[in-house]
Formats: sequence, C-alpha cells, structure tokens
Amino acid sequence: MNKEEYKEYVKRRAKRSSSFKNCVFAFLIGGFICVIGQALMELYTRLGATTQNASTLVSISLISVAALLTGLGLFDKIAKLAGAGTLVPITGFSNAVVSPAIDTRSEGYIFGVGAKIFTIAGPVILYGIFTGVIYGIIYYLFG
Amino acid sequence: MMNYLWAFLVGGALCVIAQLLIDKTKMTPARILVTYVCAGVILTAIGLYEPLVDFAGCGATVPLTGFGYAIAKGVERAVNEVGLLGVVTGGLTATAGGITVAICLGFIMSLIFSSKPKD
Repeated sequence: MNKEEYKEYVKRRAKRSSSFKNCVFAFLIGGFICVIGQALMELYTRLGATTQNASTLVSISLISVAALLTGLGLFDKIAKLAGAGTLVPITGFSNAVVSPAIDTRSEGYIFGVGAKIFTIAGPVILYGIFTGVIYGIIYYLFG
Repeated sequence: MMNYLWAFLVGGALCVIAQLLIDKTKMTPARILVTYVCAGVILTAIGLYEPLVDFAGCGATVPLTGFGYAIAKGVERAVNEVGLLGVVTGGLTATAGGITVAICLGFIMSLIFSSKPKD
C-alpha cells in the first residue's frame, strides 16, 4: 500500500481502538456507579425506607456527590475517561445541571445561572414528562 | 451478591450502548440524555422495563432510563389514585426529589465555586 493508504489505515485503526477503549471504560465506570447505587439502596432499605423512597434517596445521594465533584472540577476529569459511563447514570443529569450553573455565573443570576441551569435539564424534563403524559392518557383510557 | 453483579452488568451495558451512539453516530450527550429518559418511559409503558428493574435493581434505575421508568410509574400510581388528574401530576411528583436536589445544589455550587478553565 502507498503512503496515503497507510495513513488512512492507521487512522481507521486508531479510531476503532479508541472507540473500543471508550466502551470498556464506559462499561466499568458506569457499572461501578450502579453498584454504588445498589449498595446505597440496600442500606436505605435496611434503615426502613420503602423501595420507592429508597430509590429516590439513591438518586439524591448520587446527584449530590456528582454535584460536589462537578463544583470541585473533578467530575470533568473522571468524565473524560468514563465518557457515557458517567453521563448515562443519574450523575450525568446532575453534572448537566450544576456545570452550566457554575460556568454562567458571570452572566448574572437570572439569565445566567437561573436560566442556563436548565440548558440540558430542561429538554430532559420536557420530553420525559411529555412522553409520560401521553402514556398517562393511554393508561387512563385503557389501563 | 448476585444483585451487585447484575447491577454492574446491566448498568454497564446501558452505558456502552450510549458510548457506541456517541462514537458511531456523533449523537451529542444532551440528545443521549433525552433519548434515554424517553426510552425509559416507553419501555416501562410497554411493560419491558419493570422486569429489568426487578432483575438488575440499580443497574436499571440509576441510568437515565430509570428516570423515565420513575416518570411512567409515577403517572400510573397517580392515575390509580386520583384518575385523570394523575396524568399531569404523576411524572413530576415521582421525580421531584432528584430534580429539586439537582437544581438547588446547582445554585449553591454556583455561589461557592467559579468555573475552571476547560482543557
């Protein structure tokens, strides 16, 4: 193969292996966060919480830790390695709320922090709730 | 102990699917989050997600699809309790804890920390 083909080949290989590596880290770190969640779930259940309340408490706990790590600037460092491993668990939602809040302080507390805090949380809540309402109507009529 | 193994495997697998979507289709993280939440609602609605939650615990509830699951179950509970009104109260009620903590901590963090230069 000539030089150009070789370059193309190397580029393709590099891309594939980095995607594979991304998936491995996403799997390990994402799985690990869920294991922490499971441990907290069992702790809260043991302390007497109902399944539903324990589940909410797990979410709140993971959101709080992720919010603090985001404030300290550590979340981005972990996320760089973990990719979807920290994005997909509820920690990613927390980071998506806290990170723009910190970044937009210079734009003021109303249109900066207050508005930008919903940059990603807004669409997530809107489309999640909207889908839920459609399901609710179907459930009410036929459930 | 098996609880933890299944939570790890299922939670990890849900993250790998998202990673593949990001790497292969150039989907942005924001779209991933929206897609996952909506997928969680739909999968719960058609009865596929609840068995996964029973099986994998936090491996299914901690990923954002679990947020959708919470919305769908919240709507079901509210409709069972108060009827049609539950359609519009159930979803946010079930997710109120997480949303409230996230936005309040976001505000508090913005008071304490200043933004770090991105590298």
